[in-house]
Amino acid sequence: MSAVMQPTGEPAGFDAWGDDQHARVGFFTDTSVCIGCKACEVACKEWNLIPQDGQEWTGHSYDNTGELSANSWRHVAFVEQEKPLHANGDGTTGLRWLMESDVCKHCTHAGCLDVCPTGSLFRTEFGTVVVQEDICNGCGYCVPACPFGVIDKRHLPAPDALPAFLGTKEDGRVWKCTLCYDRLKGGHEPACAKACPTKSIQFGPLDELRQRADERLAKLQEQSWNGAQLYGRDPDDGVGGFGAFFLLLDDPEVYGLPPDPVVPTAKLPEMWRNMATAAAALLVGIAGVVALGGRK
Amino acid sequence: MTTSYYGRPVIKEPTWTWEIPTYFFTGGVSGASSVLSTSAKLFGNEKLSRRALYIGAVFDAISPLLLISDLGRPERFHHMLRVFKVTSPMNVGAWILLVNGGASNTAAVLELLGILKPVKLLAELVATLFGPPLATYTGVLVADTAVPVWHEGRHELPWLFGASAAASAGAAATMFMDPDDAAPARRLAIGGVVAEGTLVHAMELRLGEVGEVYHKGTAGKLALAAKALAGGGAALLATKGRKSSAAATLGGALVCAGELCLRWSVFKAGVQSARDPKYTVKPQRERAQQNGGSKVTTLPRNT
Repeated sequence: MSAVMQPTGEPAGFDAWGDDQHARVGFFTDTSVCIGCKACEVACKEWNLIPQDGQEWTGHSYDNTGELSANSWRHVAFVEQEKPLHANGDGTTGLRWLMESDVCKHCTHAGCLDVCPTGSLFRTEFGTVVVQEDICNGCGYCVPACPFGVIDKRHLPAPDALPAFLGTKEDGRVWKCTLCYDRLKGGHEPACAKACPTKSIQFGPLDELRQRADERLAKLQEQSWNGAQLYGRDPDDGVGGFGAFFLLLDDPEVYGLPPDPVVPTAKLPEMWRNMATAAAALLVGIAGVVALGGRK
Repeated sequence: MTTSYYGRPVIKEPTWTWEIPTYFFTGGVSGASSVLSTSAKLFGNEKLSRRALYIGAVFDAISPLLLISDLGRPERFHHMLRVFKVTSPMNVGAWILLVNGGASNTAAVLELLGILKPVKLLAELVATLFGPPLATYTGVLVADTAVPVWHEGRHELPWLFGASAAASAGAAATMFMDPDDAAPARRLAIGGVVAEGTLVHAMELRLGEVGEVYHKGTAGKLALAAKALAGGGAALLATKGRKSSAAATLGGALVCAGELCLRWSVFKAGVQSARDPKYTVKPQRERAQQNGGSKVTTLPRNT
């Protein structure tokens, strides 16, 4: 783990770690072997001491978690669909049951990290994206800045709640997957990968995972699986590739994932220039309106 | 029919509460008021200059209270200023607000006390320079998100917010002035309303289907209210408001109310745009199919 590798699609500022920099690590979530046991969800909540946020029966197959949130950092999606399992016409039976354990993508170009005004969100020495909870002031900007709807504010009561007259009693900060930053520092794999019984969740150096994913896709191709595709593997997509990417069996939107995510800050230089022009126009415009024409 | 996961949103809707759209309005008023004050002074309208200075200072004092109140951890508001970060419009905006608010309030206090004129002039100059960025950066703030109706509106939003700020600063000044001295403020209010209306239209033309949220639900109602209130107020200012104080006050109030509704309609449009997955999925799917945008490695299909 201590060897510094040169992965493609390097995140900005990752090399600032110098000698402390590790190989960039991540997840390869292979949904073709997911059995929907939710051991990842449970292991994640246990290890990271994530509070309970109530129970709701959604009626959406076996999914009662619903979505990634401040209190669910792994979420197993269940899709029931009438599609053949194979692309070549074999096994054209009724129902196909897709399961996918979703997680923070730890983007190469992370919108949440870019827009965070306090520097609470940062790039770790493992190339992952983590919130420093002692810095976050709950401004919420990262929430709509994430193209995947991963990060969210926690509205549950705060463990160290202030007296009511000093502010709200809810936690008020944003939370998401840390890729088990504490476990990585101790040389362990993240809790979800450790708990996964089918190796659907694979943890490791990112370039190794990409290679493994390519081999897996080739194998599924050989067996003519219907709709198999790698999602987030490519370093030249709109977020520079995911640190946690997926092998899916249908289009991303079927699982509630955006089909072509782009980091909003990609357009920020253009937006700043546009704003500078607008601000200059406002200055000149107001002065002009005051100058032209009389006082009456 | 766009595919989605049980109709659930793909992105999270903003967690911001009522303080943020209200701040878009107050920040706009103070930013444009700083410029109005200095312009009026340059062209010899001292009364308007002083009025706009005080209005800007008051709104500059309200704005940080709104922003702090919205935070999940208000006691940590100063964490905004522990870094300077150009990739974060909110961080840059916090610094702009700090400079503009500090300058406008310094100038207003010195004006009230009638002391330290050189310092006051310097403060006014600083406020004038930081006023337009304060009035327009909020457009970048919302555009720099994954919310489709905001991100795709990035070309118009800073201009729209600037025009709205000009309208409300002019309108606010007419409310508290003798109509005889308020002609430049009236022109600014009317011109701002016209520019704002044009920009809303231009933005909706560009947005196409993504922009339909401006005609739906709460955002649609607010957008209509903005048009009616600001339009009615501008008409009143252009006619009876030239002579009658009461009409000027009412006209100014209507324009301000209209511009407040406009900021709220933009805010609510963002919430509605995030909530419906089709606004996220459909344009992305089309983009992916046109240019292989998502670069997914796909196998032959059997659907």
